[in-house]
Amino acid sequence: MKLTKAQYDEIAQFLGHVQPTRQSLRKLKERFPSQSQSTLLSIFSQEYQKQIKRTHAKHHTAEAVETYYQRYLNGVMKNAAAPVLLELANEVDFAPSLMARIVLERFLQEKEQAIPSKTLINSMLRDPSQIPDGVLANQVYQCTVNDCCYGPLVDCIKHAIGHEHEVLLREMLLEKNLSFIAEDQLRAKGYDKTPDFILEVPVAVEGHIIHWIESKASFGDESSHQAYLQDQFWSYWNRFGPGLVIYWYGFIEELDCHRERGILLKDCFPTDIVTLRHSMAQR
Amino acid sequence: GVKALERLLLQHPSVEAGGIPRQTGNGEENHIHEKLVSLSLLQKDFVPFLLNFLREQTSQILTNGPSTPAKTPNSKAHGSQRTGSERRASLGSFLTAMPEALPARRGRRKGSGSVSASGRPVARDLGHCLTEEEDGKSDSASWSGGRRKWSEVPPVSARSPPSQLNLNNLEEFPPMGAASGWTNKSKPSRRINPTPVSAERPLSKPKMCFTSTPVSQSPAARFSSGTSLEAFTAVQEGNLTSMISNSLQEEREMLKKERYGISLDPGTPTKPSYTRSASLPPESHLVTCADLTKVSCKKQLECLAQLYSSCIAENLVPNIFLELFFVLQLLRMVIGAVVSCFFFFPLDASGKQHFRSVHNCVYFAVQVLDYQIISRLEKGLLKLLAENERIASFSPSLHRRLRQAYESSTAKVSLLLPCSVQSVSFQPETDNRSNFPSDRAFHIFKKQRDIFYELLREWEDNHEKTGWDFERVLGNKIRAMMAHLSATCNHSHFARLFQKQLIQMCKGPVGGGASSGDTPDQDVLNMLGSDNLSRLKRLQERFIVPQSIRGPCPPPSFPGCQQFFRDFILSAGSYQFNQHLMDSLCLKILELNGLTLVEHEHSDGEADMDEQDEKKRFTVVLLSLRLLAKFLGFLVFLPYRTVEQPTRDLQDSAVALRNQTLPVLDVLKLLRQSIQDHRSILTIPWIVEYLSLVDHIAPFLDYYRKIFCLLLLMVLSEDKEMSFLNKLLILAVLGWLFQVELFPAVSFSHQDSVPLVDQQLLYTCCPYLGELRKLLASFVAGSGAKNGGFIRKITPTAAESLAPKASVTQRKLQVELEQAFFHNQPPSLRRTVEFVAERVGSNCVKHIKATLVAELVQRAEVMLQDKVKEEDANHDKLLEEVCAHLYEEGAQALIKGREFCKKKGPEAVRVLLPEETSAAVLSSAEDIAVDLATEKACGWLSANIAALIKREVKATFNRMLKVPGLALPSEDALELRRDCPAGCQHCAPFPSQIINEIKDVLCIAVGPRDEGEVIDYIWLECLLGRLSETLRCRKFMCPTSEQQLAKCTVELASLLGKSVMISYLRLKSNNPTCALLKLLLSVWKEDFGTPVPVQLIFSKKNIGYLAEVKQREWDLFLFMLHGLVEHELMRSSEIESCLRSLEELPWPSVSNEMCVNDK
Repeated sequence: MKLTKAQYDEIAQFLGHVQPTRQSLRKLKERFPSQSQSTLLSIFSQEYQKQIKRTHAKHHTAEAVETYYQRYLNGVMKNAAAPVLLELANEVDFAPSLMARIVLERFLQEKEQAIPSKTLINSMLRDPSQIPDGVLANQVYQCTVNDCCYGPLVDCIKHAIGHEHEVLLREMLLEKNLSFIAEDQLRAKGYDKTPDFILEVPVAVEGHIIHWIESKASFGDESSHQAYLQDQFWSYWNRFGPGLVIYWYGFIEELDCHRERGILLKDCFPTDIVTLRHSMAQR
Repeated sequence: GVKALERLLLQHPSVEAGGIPRQTGNGEENHIHEKLVSLSLLQKDFVPFLLNFLREQTSQILTNGPSTPAKTPNSKAHGSQRTGSERRASLGSFLTAMPEALPARRGRRKGSGSVSASGRPVARDLGHCLTEEEDGKSDSASWSGGRRKWSEVPPVSARSPPSQLNLNNLEEFPPMGAASGWTNKSKPSRRINPTPVSAERPLSKPKMCFTSTPVSQSPAARFSSGTSLEAFTAVQEGNLTSMISNSLQEEREMLKKERYGISLDPGTPTKPSYTRSASLPPESHLVTCADLTKVSCKKQLECLAQLYSSCIAENLVPNIFLELFFVLQLLRMVIGAVVSCFFFFPLDASGKQHFRSVHNCVYFAVQVLDYQIISRLEKGLLKLLAENERIASFSPSLHRRLRQAYESSTAKVSLLLPCSVQSVSFQPETDNRSNFPSDRAFHIFKKQRDIFYELLREWEDNHEKTGWDFERVLGNKIRAMMAHLSATCNHSHFARLFQKQLIQMCKGPVGGGASSGDTPDQDVLNMLGSDNLSRLKRLQERFIVPQSIRGPCPPPSFPGCQQFFRDFILSAGSYQFNQHLMDSLCLKILELNGLTLVEHEHSDGEADMDEQDEKKRFTVVLLSLRLLAKFLGFLVFLPYRTVEQPTRDLQDSAVALRNQTLPVLDVLKLLRQSIQDHRSILTIPWIVEYLSLVDHIAPFLDYYRKIFCLLLLMVLSEDKEMSFLNKLLILAVLGWLFQVELFPAVSFSHQDSVPLVDQQLLYTCCPYLGELRKLLASFVAGSGAKNGGFIRKITPTAAESLAPKASVTQRKLQVELEQAFFHNQPPSLRRTVEFVAERVGSNCVKHIKATLVAELVQRAEVMLQDKVKEEDANHDKLLEEVCAHLYEEGAQALIKGREFCKKKGPEAVRVLLPEETSAAVLSSAEDIAVDLATEKACGWLSANIAALIKREVKATFNRMLKVPGLALPSEDALELRRDCPAGCQHCAPFPSQIINEIKDVLCIAVGPRDEGEVIDYIWLECLLGRLSETLRCRKFMCPTSEQQLAKCTVELASLLGKSVMISYLRLKSNNPTCALLKLLLSVWKEDFGTPVPVQLIFSKKNIGYLAEVKQREWDLFLFMLHGLVEHELMRSSEIESCLRSLEELPWPSVSNEMCVNDK
């Protein structure tokens, strides 16, 4: 679903300083009933991430870490069953999963007398059963399960959504008889940058030639689109020529400004496709 | 000549009166022509004089357009201060001025008046520089830049020395190299120095603008400067006849003498030049009605037109385009100029001011056009001419013919080629990791590529904005890039990218998208369009697009996108980059220059089609070559560039020094080769581009002098047998080069060494020139050259290793037989066979890579997987072992390769050769193709198969080590291999959806919960049902999703024991949890493709949920354990060990009891 910049700003403004909980999400849906859930969730998630990026540093000062850890210890001492860590995160406007990480890191540091490896932390966040302290394990699990923007579960869901849309796109390409080379094949050939699909025979979408298609199961807002342009889309262009990006959850209309130059945005699989007749006839 | 013209003009009325009407055309033309022929002895003087005369007559009228390059120094030399008889612009003055006008030229020729250019530095002309013939073929080497010769015939009255010096002033006319190409801001000003020709101009400068040497088409065309000068002298001295008769022999003599007599006279470098007005007034305001009835001196004008037309038709004019330009200028003339013309130009002494009105000019122009090559013109131009009202009113018949020509013309030139910037495609063969020494180098280059395009986009967006400065904005980024490239030795990769992008963006005739389009270079480029006629179109464009008028002989420049690449090179200032770029350019130039382009078989009747294709291909190749060569020239001469002309001393030492070095690309060799191979039509145009960027010194170097000599020789060698358009091309590019080139300015030789070259002499000395035209002609005109001498020969890489060890003589015989076989076959057969061999050989290698090698690599992967687990051994050693194992099998590649070629070669040959090819010929062709292909493929394979296997195995191994997930590929493979159940509609909910929902359930289960928030049993049951569906449909499932689902459901099972949930669930049924657990167990067992981590139930955290429950829930737990065993999800022994490890944890006493119970 395409949104105008103004529409998008309205949503972003509403999101202001909300907590990443299912309750917030529910309110958002009530406020913007005409937007699809996925679009709202995607915008919510991205807006929240922007907010976290802005405040990330202040939660990681030694002071802050120490404060959080002490508050956690005090809290569970009083009542181990209470959602201590989750409430702490909400109170200081920080993502519960990230708060869990800070406290876990601090805990392990004390226990092992060394800075724990990232791999270990990640693994424990993914499976809190591995956390040697049962109370902390429960607290961490509660945080990761309740966080709807960060954490292993959310990451997994995002990954799954991305994969599912790639599969969808692949199906549509097959249905349209457009032969393509998929990302994994490209990697195997040693390509240094690989869009999801490269069309073996280019087609014209809405009058623009495209050589590749990238599927993005998210909403295309300004910052994420800029980042994608920089890291991916232009790189694809640099190697394969013009192409198409599908933001399945919509994008800000105004961002679709590179059509002439060779980056086309759509929020669904295009219907206006012109193929090279000559070569199609041969098949 | 002067007298002849006068006589002709005077006589003409009587001719006309004699009753030969103008419109009978031929008759009169013949008549005139006869006159011309009868005056042939004078012709060499006559032609330049005629041209000069026309320029002069019109010079003042043409002030408001770009002036056509003036023909002679005196053409515009008549300053407004001159009056009356002094301003005898034309014949008379020319004649009388002659003795003084002709500076004595040393040793020009014995017997004829020796004139010298000493009084006039301009006189050191092209021809002189080139008298030294390449490789000392002395007799033939006489030439002259005809255009310049005329310019050396200045009537003294017409110019004063200071004004001439102005022309030669380097500041006003800096050498091309000095001004052009340095910054995009500073426009090269050398030739186009806008010097409006106006009546007020006090010091009018002599203009010398014949851009090309004359076409020595006929004996009559010998009108090089020496001749003309001497002719005039001779005429004056009255010994014309003897002069002519002696000339040939004398020239030969002189040539011998002067071959080595090149003296360098750098003191006053000059270049021929023309002026143009900088801008055009908006035509609409000034357009005048030209009126046929107001034309005066009709007869004279007609006579002149005929003469002029005949000159053009006979190729007596140095540059046909200049003449056309001139005529069109006359046609579009406006009235404003005419007034001044009257004012400042009273009739000359003899009262013949034939061009004093617009009407007269237009009349003349129309007359000329009537004779001219209109049928050859490009369609667009024809249209414009057909629409021209003046033509319509002055000559309805011409108008009618133009219309007809337009309607039947197919010579359409598309000018608006949209140039969308395209990137250079990534090619794994050259660009993937295996082409880089290290991961780092690969990675860095990946970034450099993106940065390069970022810069390009920035340039595209902004370079036309005011205040945007390339160096300021991009300079540092480019240099940072260079530093990165240096650090990783990636220059060669980048140079290749750069070069490819250059071709990509600038190969089009307009020099790239952002191009203003109208640039000097494009003139010539366009002219090479599909039918070589676009140049005319461009000229025509100049007439309709006021701001783009730059005259037909602009200096070299970097138009459009080329600017980016030039500025990039300059800003980068990287020696390494430049060197690699030159390498890359040389390679590509050699490759393109070596392409087989010209072969047609008229007999086959396929010529038309082939010809069109060839033309297209030729155009593309030629344009690319010119572009590459220009940049190569730019780079090669870049270090030697100076703004100022070096002093004589500096120059001498520089010459001495640089004579010792070898050129990056042996242009001379290529030029000679191209002449021998009769393909100079391809080579000369790019060599011209290359040379157009020489520095001040280079033309003095022995090497380059030889090149220039050879080029001049080429010009003089053309004749009528050469295709009209081919000839135009060569003449045009060379004309342009000599016009803009630096070297005429620096002049190589002493003045007088320009002997006369005639066809006879030329052909006596250069017999190969005769051959040349045959083949050159075959190109555009398509006359078949059957020798096929320049087909790219395939050189099998390792032919030796595979060729049967026959005796040398036998092999030689075989080769001879093969050659003989092809000899009497059409060249296309050979082309086909060689093409097939090359492709099949190449495909064979690819096929082996994709099949045999891939197979071996797979096996290696399995072996490595096993071994890498069992030992932490040395990876290199391991790799070596595994590979050694495979090498033996690699030998199969040769067998398979041979099979492949044997199968595919004949197939391809059969498809490509005509159906009617006889069986024997076909079979031989097939055999040869198979042999060649096998040689190529197996040669490569035998030499490289081991290395290839090793490289591939190593890459796979590295990948294996890097991705931990891949260490267990068998499991991954297993789960991914599962298929949807038969008839699956793929309608199940997406895995992400289910994970999301389970997450919500988990949220409620672990809390905190909102007031009244519950989990409905039915909902949960339904969720598990949908989970089952989702798991069965494999379409959208990926390993991460499935693993996550497995984990989540185990967590869910653990939480089912939690009192909170159960209390809600219990409302629904007696033992609903049991039912849910059963459902879960079945899903785990039946639907998951991935192992379910059921042991997580026994984790401390999850058991902890149980710790707080009552007896009934323990029953549930026991139920679960039994279920796990029942569904074979866990063995009892595993459960026991899990429970035992639980015992070791510090639990409240309950736990122990439970365990005991269970047991």
